[in-house]
Amino acid sequence: MVGAILAHAEVTAEAVSGPGLAKYAWVVALLPLVSAPLSLFLGKRVPGRGWIFGVASVGAAFVLSLGILWHFVENGFGTYTASVDWFTIGPLHMTLGEYVDGLTAVMLVVVTAVSLAVHVYSVGYMHGDSRFTWFYVVLSLFTAAMLNVVISDNLFQLVVGWEIMGVCSYLLIGHWWEEHVNSSSAIKAFITTRIGDVPFMFGVFVLVAATGFTTSNIQEIGHIVAGGSISPAVVSIAALLLFGGAIGKSAQFPLHVWLPDAMAGPTPVSALIHAATMVAAGVYLVGRMYEVFVHANTWVLQFVGIIGGITMVGAGLLGLVQDDIKRVLAYSTVSQLAYMITLMSAGPAGRDAAFFHLFTHAFFKALLFLGSGSVIHACHTNNMSEMGGLRKKMPLTFWTFLIGSLALAGLPPLAGFWSKDELLVAASKGHPVVFVIMLATAIVTAFYTMRMVMQTFTGEYRGHGHPHESPLSMTGPLVALAGATLFVGFLGAGPAKAVFFDWVFFEEPEAVKLVPWVALISIAAAAVGVIAGYYVYRRWRERDPVLALGPVSTLLVNKYYLDTFYWKFIIQPTRDTLSAAVNWFNQRVLDGVVDGSARAARAAADGVQAIDEDVIDGAVNGVGQVAGFTGGLLRYLQSGNVQRYAAFLFAGVVILAVIFTRI
Amino acid sequence: MIRLPLVLFFSAALFSIGVYGVLARRNAVLVLMSIELMLNAVNINLVGFSQLWKELTGQVFALFVIAIAAAEVGIGLAIVLLIYRNRETINVNEVNLLKW
Repeated sequence: MVGAILAHAEVTAEAVSGPGLAKYAWVVALLPLVSAPLSLFLGKRVPGRGWIFGVASVGAAFVLSLGILWHFVENGFGTYTASVDWFTIGPLHMTLGEYVDGLTAVMLVVVTAVSLAVHVYSVGYMHGDSRFTWFYVVLSLFTAAMLNVVISDNLFQLVVGWEIMGVCSYLLIGHWWEEHVNSSSAIKAFITTRIGDVPFMFGVFVLVAATGFTTSNIQEIGHIVAGGSISPAVVSIAALLLFGGAIGKSAQFPLHVWLPDAMAGPTPVSALIHAATMVAAGVYLVGRMYEVFVHANTWVLQFVGIIGGITMVGAGLLGLVQDDIKRVLAYSTVSQLAYMITLMSAGPAGRDAAFFHLFTHAFFKALLFLGSGSVIHACHTNNMSEMGGLRKKMPLTFWTFLIGSLALAGLPPLAGFWSKDELLVAASKGHPVVFVIMLATAIVTAFYTMRMVMQTFTGEYRGHGHPHESPLSMTGPLVALAGATLFVGFLGAGPAKAVFFDWVFFEEPEAVKLVPWVALISIAAAAVGVIAGYYVYRRWRERDPVLALGPVSTLLVNKYYLDTFYWKFIIQPTRDTLSAAVNWFNQRVLDGVVDGSARAARAAADGVQAIDEDVIDGAVNGVGQVAGFTGGLLRYLQSGNVQRYAAFLFAGVVILAVIFTRI
Repeated sequence: MIRLPLVLFFSAALFSIGVYGVLARRNAVLVLMSIELMLNAVNINLVGFSQLWKELTGQVFALFVIAIAAAEVGIGLAIVLLIYRNRETINVNEVNLLKW
């Protein structure tokens, strides 16, 4: 298969012969979207409590994604776009559409592959969970949302997927909400990413407004921005605001704090969120909207690079001191995402390298998370201090985990090496500081990865109970992902034809070459970290040296006091002062206005009632009383005596007669 | 030939007797009879002026009045009879139910 890919990669982008399977990219996103309600309503009525829907739909989506990618490989990489009208506001036509190019195809494969692995894995991992079916519902919905972000051809549709992911991450992280810390973590993740989502949405508004509300199509906006009709200042603001969304979703400093706490969720969730979907969405957004970033002022991309650089080192160092195996992986995820974000600042070559790293990272990080899940499943704890010596007891988990770890460390010929190498090559053309930071982070990464492996799998078992190898539904995905980790790197390998960069490129395919000195330095950095980690943790198994570094350890263990800072200076003031003020305003001013208007209305009603009863009714009753009184007086005329009536009659006649005769 | 003023005096006297009877007598039958007196006083007037103007219309009117007076007395006596049956009196002072 690799040979065929290499042979057909010569075809140029113009030689697309019809859209072929690319037309059906929307089906990929639709499949998990359909399986979610299916699982919800029918899940509990089928054997296995509903996993079959999720696995089947994501499996089908994966096969279809492979078909789409294969179609591009066969027929050359072009673009295919289609849309249907959604609704219209003034000049703005909202559409639901798909935009399929090499990047989309690759992302579809990555997302569906990891999601499929997670879906299969969860059958074993979540077995017996009280909300097993619900778990699959949200898992499928989450996948659908990410696929929607990937295929979306316009910003509003992308926002929809983006927001659904936010909600689903909240639901999944808080899956075991019976424990307070889990639901708190879910809330933290949701609110922290939301802080980034607000600027992101305003970025979308700025871009759409800058086009005169004529389009929300990503490609059209790209053309308009490239055409230079929008002032660079506006483009810069839009780019910064969009990057705010990436900071939140891709867990960059200073909003990275949600990601380690998100480890409270079930491990398959961590694998899905932190390998292929949610955190990748931020990087994907920056890459997809790259025209905007390229045409912004240069300081925007510099800012992106600085944020990435800070996050890269900061998170990497934090990974050193964690005892929770998933938190090590969490900080490594933050750090690796920072690699991608940093390289986004290094121009189109960096962007493409970043996507290659996103591609390989998805596989080996999913592998590591699922591997850690397998360990946790066996040991019933997240703490590495209660593990150890699992190599003999869980050989399959150990070997696959080792492959993932070495890929993360960046040793050849594993996937991580090739993508990290591309990153370093791209960085070597940029600012030397970035290059040095990346190298330093690579050493740190290799070291804490080795620490994790040594603590978990070697030495004596320090926990209680009898860990055993996980069931096939869990080891199967591990093996598959390990296989992917071994091979996907070659798609972008320098010495061979790096076909990945014919698939995913900005403007034109990059001619990727292996730069020997960069590769050597990269290998050296990884080797230094790995070897140092190996020897340090073979020598000091019991007393962890990174925890015996005095104030440095204290600083790292406390996460640079960043959470404390947020708690003291943002959350508490907000909660105690701002919320209290808002509450006061609400209770006193708003409620006061409402209550006051009600009181005024009542007073007015009382006045009206008084007028009604005393004046109007008084007039009516008065008329009646006067009539009754006069009637009472006059009734005595009605004596019933016929002769008296006759006397009056005659008197009247006499009077009239007198009157008439006088006239 | 009787002169008109004499006729009118007679008529006036008769009418006044009738008025007195209607207003003063308590017996309902006598009240009815007094009404007859008044009607006949009118008839005398009609006939008297008919004679004066050589015009027969007044006499025709007198005949009408006699006919209507007969009917009126018939009804009046029937009412009196019913009152007597119900109240065992024909004193008009005591027949005063229709009052305040």
